[in-house]
Amino acid sequence: MEPVRFAVAVDVMPKDGISDPQGQTIERALPSLGFANVHDVRVGKRIELVVEAPDAEVAEAVVRAACVRFLANPVIEDFTVSLPHPVGGPAA
Amino acid sequence: MTPRVAIVVFPGSNCEQDVLQAFACLGIRAEYVWHHVTDLGGFDAVVLPGGFSYGDYLRTGAIAAFSPVMDAVREYADDGGLVIGICNGFQILCEAGLLPGALRFNAGLKFICRPVKVRVETCDSPFTSQARPGEIFEIPINHFQGNYYCPPEVLAALTAEHRIAFRYEGNPNGSAGDVAGVLSEGRNVLGMMPHPERAVDPAVGGTDGRIIFKSMMAAARGIRVRAVR
Repeated sequence: MEPVRFAVAVDVMPKDGISDPQGQTIERALPSLGFANVHDVRVGKRIELVVEAPDAEVAEAVVRAACVRFLANPVIEDFTVSLPHPVGGPAA
Repeated sequence: MTPRVAIVVFPGSNCEQDVLQAFACLGIRAEYVWHHVTDLGGFDAVVLPGGFSYGDYLRTGAIAAFSPVMDAVREYADDGGLVIGICNGFQILCEAGLLPGALRFNAGLKFICRPVKVRVETCDSPFTSQARPGEIFEIPINHFQGNYYCPPEVLAALTAEHRIAFRYEGNPNGSAGDVAGVLSEGRNVLGMMPHPERAVDPAVGGTDGRIIFKSMMAAARGIRVRAVR
């Protein structure tokens, strides 16, 4: 089967219960800007990738493997992987 | 025989000269080793210096942890060789799984660069054997991500096994358990956020850091390392 290009997004977030100084700092700044009722601010990162794979299932498995080994640190971070969706353009 | 010390240089390391100088104070000429090296046989100690390896992209130390030299460092450590990671070196050792835990952004989100006091928690290690238990060292820290974290049960185990080498007196960065330095299970790998190599000269910041390098060299003389091929 010809490989297809799949776009996949990974969200990496600090684990529950792990302090998040960036989130805390933003939360403290919000009231002074008039956003008084905003709580539980957490800051993570989003990583977008394009994967060549025979199907979406394989594409997702590849990205999950990359997350476990590299893209997220399991000691302090959780990750979620989006459903891969095919994107245009020929596979290299 | 003079001990041979390797200082691993990654793209973005910036404390390798300080480490070189620290060993020079002890009359030892350490050697730089590029991150592509795949064999550390013949060295008596390996240092992962501070800096911003690979620009600190993704996470501090995350990319360096997968550089070719780290397989050699792992093999070297598995053989009982002495490995010390200082600051970014500590972050790399955690990312590589050679030490437990992770370093987060400092609580308070400030880059901190100042001398701090650390307490020697154990002298049962090749890095602290020449110190006295409970001794307080003044050593500079210089980091944004030095906020040590490991799960509570891991912290309890590290404490029980006397693997916390140093704790801060007056926690500067939010580290769990005030941890400033951690030993591996085999006690031959140490990671620490403070920079002992910046405390080796009375003209600049005191000499409290010397004892760590002295301890290492005393231990190195007693450790058999794999011969150079």
